[in-house]
Amino acid sequence: MADLTSDFVGIKSPNPFWLASAPPTDKEYNVRRAFEAGWGGVVWKTLGAEGPPVVNVNGPRYGAIWGADRRLLGLNNIELITDRPLETNLEEMARVKADYPDRALIASIMVPCEEAAWKAILPRVAETGADGIELNFGCPHGMSERGMGAAVGQVPEYIEMVTRWCKQYYDKPVIVKLTPNITDIRKPAEAARNGGADAVSLINTINSITSVNLDTMSPEPSIDGKGSHGGYCGPAVKPIAMSMVSEIARNPATHGLPISGIGGITTWRDAAEFITLGCGNVQVCTAAMTYGFKIVEEMISGLSQWMDEKGHESIADFCGAAVPNVTDWQYLNLNYIAKAEINQDDCIKCGRCYAACEDTSHQAISMSEDRTFEVIDEECVACNLCVNVCPVEGCITMVPMEPGTTDPRTNRPVEPNYANWTSHPNNPAAKAAE
Amino acid sequence: MGHSPFTPGVVAGRQTAEALSDGFADLHPPLDDHEALVAADRCYFCHDAPCMTACPTDIDIPLFIRQISTGTPEAAARTILGQNILGGMCARVCPTETLCEEVCVREVAEGKPVEIGQLQRYATDTLQRQGVHPFERAASTGKTVAVVGAGPAGLACAHRLAMHGHDVVVFDARSKPGGLNEYGIAAYKSVDGFAQAEVEWLLKIGGIEMQYGKRFGADLSLEALKSEFDAVFLGIGLGGVNALGIDGDDKSGVRDAVDFIADLRQAGDLTELPVGRDVVVIGGGMTAVDAAVQAKLLGALNVTIAYRRGKDRMPASEFEQDLAASKGVRIVFNAVPKAVHGNGAVREIEFDYVSADMTPTGETLRLPADQVFRAIGQTLDADGLPELDGRKIKVTDAGRTSVDGVWAGGDCASGGDDLTVTAVAEGRDAAEDIHQTLTGAVR
Repeated sequence: MADLTSDFVGIKSPNPFWLASAPPTDKEYNVRRAFEAGWGGVVWKTLGAEGPPVVNVNGPRYGAIWGADRRLLGLNNIELITDRPLETNLEEMARVKADYPDRALIASIMVPCEEAAWKAILPRVAETGADGIELNFGCPHGMSERGMGAAVGQVPEYIEMVTRWCKQYYDKPVIVKLTPNITDIRKPAEAARNGGADAVSLINTINSITSVNLDTMSPEPSIDGKGSHGGYCGPAVKPIAMSMVSEIARNPATHGLPISGIGGITTWRDAAEFITLGCGNVQVCTAAMTYGFKIVEEMISGLSQWMDEKGHESIADFCGAAVPNVTDWQYLNLNYIAKAEINQDDCIKCGRCYAACEDTSHQAISMSEDRTFEVIDEECVACNLCVNVCPVEGCITMVPMEPGTTDPRTNRPVEPNYANWTSHPNNPAAKAAE
Repeated sequence: MGHSPFTPGVVAGRQTAEALSDGFADLHPPLDDHEALVAADRCYFCHDAPCMTACPTDIDIPLFIRQISTGTPEAAARTILGQNILGGMCARVCPTETLCEEVCVREVAEGKPVEIGQLQRYATDTLQRQGVHPFERAASTGKTVAVVGAGPAGLACAHRLAMHGHDVVVFDARSKPGGLNEYGIAAYKSVDGFAQAEVEWLLKIGGIEMQYGKRFGADLSLEALKSEFDAVFLGIGLGGVNALGIDGDDKSGVRDAVDFIADLRQAGDLTELPVGRDVVVIGGGMTAVDAAVQAKLLGALNVTIAYRRGKDRMPASEFEQDLAASKGVRIVFNAVPKAVHGNGAVREIEFDYVSADMTPTGETLRLPADQVFRAIGQTLDADGLPELDGRKIKVTDAGRTSVDGVWAGGDCASGGDDLTVTAVAEGRDAAEDIHQTLTGAVR
């Protein structure tokens, strides 16, 4: 049986599944229930500075997009950080941590970008016995207008500065949560590392408007006829998050910096993928908000089964295993040639592959009178669109050509050796192959 | 053999081997991978799900369906089998239309439930096909338990006891295990020897010894079992069949539906199994439907189910009634058998039509019949039992009988519906209570 225990920057938890700082972790009641349901850790809903708490809107806080059968694919929110008094949160955190010593409890913090503000709150958080802190430099709505959240996360110098303060005034692990609302995720990650961060977590939510009401002309969620961009999350953001995670994992300046993966993680498989891209653990929010805390049972059973099947004994066994395979386009093997192949036994003759290829790609699929669809190897560039639009999984596959055979599209032999763009004759900046 | 559905009398070979093979094929062919994913996708992962509450074995249905949808049917099977070790058979024979699927929120909202039974079968078949037995036996406790009856209750009880480290001996009167799973269920609900394969798989837990040909009351007594074992579980089912109690019910051609079903399940070659041309089944439960549909599939020309009450009171579900109708079985309601006519062998059966309160209306019905099956309920058929509650063994919640150290469950015990899944739940729960009693362990 695979060992799912997690040691993330020294913070131990019985499994790598943490609940992200968000509405599900807003208070003692929820967090206790989350731990009872089996979650390995919780990042408490972001704390603000002492004083009157923030207020939230009193209309809809969430907007969503759905797939067929109303499966929730993307969620956006305009909720702010905790709107409960700091003292209340701290007392509850201390109680919960005392009762669940084996679970990870992390305090998410967002206070003004002033040393005094951080210096004031950190000792109070330390008193709760929390296992570490997460700096919320990510929230893209509301708080960013006040110079916090994503407003800090978009300025690497601020990230470094605040991280340094935290390392100075707090002696447990400091995790820096990054916003994706920037052009190059490597810069804030480098800044976090330079400031002494123990880890980064990403992604926070993405600026978004989920829909516009065409009767009222208001963006959704609509507050009295007006809308504001919210933070987008859920299954739809996973590819964006994984790309950003991989950029940090393979950047020499941040390689090896522990990452807590966040962004649309809904199943054990999503979690496993994030971990292979270099994450030491994962954080989940939207999936829990959609289906309830119980989904962690499926995450645990699924990850455990997959690890057993693959012979992985611990999370560390496959952490980062896919990172070496993430590369730049220019290093992809241009001598690798594949052709689409349609399994006629599996084909249900819907013709979607034909429409896609004929109308929008390379006219590489033929259609007969009796609706037989076949690949024209002379035209096929192996773009994979037919695979992606085919409703039958596994019906169309990309079959690599053997070296030495002739590609009927180019009439050139398939070369056995690896060769990429950097040495390609069409590249004006090509260097001779080594 | 030259016989056809029109041949009078009780004869074999009314259908060709091909027609029989088609007719007795799997009632619900298994889902393939793609179908399973599509079916699983319809589940809403309801909170405190009604389906789960409706399941007598409390299987976490939303969780196992989610495990299927995330590509881990093996984990789904573990979720199912942890609650119901005969989850494979229950997926085939449970009247899901009156249990989990009846209360599925999508059945209530759309009249189209998530296909829970089929998904359960997909998961359990996946694991069992791999030959994996997902549970390990605890260290031996040195305690011994006798389980009487290798039906669903006895097997579930034995497995759970073995898992807890007890040494179990299972006794059964017949020559094969499975009880009604092997002898009492329509062939098209459990094809390809599934009942035996499932028992073989179940026994992989270890610590269970099977002894066949041992009938309670004849070869086994409660006193002897009690002195030899630390605990006894009775899962002996209902061996007797209620009599019609009318004139002529001893004529040849009148027999118990359960015997016909058992003969059919054990027949090597269905072309050699005789069936009447005009068959009448008396009763209104699943046994009546199983017997009637199978008689029709064997080639009987006219098959009629005669039930004494109205359609709304019929114990067989709407699905079962529709199944019977689709196979060409006629169902007559409000008909109480009055007399069996014939000279030695049955020729005709006569009914009184009755009103809702069972008062004869004065109208009668005579049906030609060369074969009549009794399916009007079964009875306990043994002596030397613990105290009874009506016609069954009296038990408290976890199957405790009036005799110390003796538990009972399944059809022979009071309470619960006479369903495979209920028997499994009772056997399992009795095993937990036995375990707790023998070791002082808290569940």
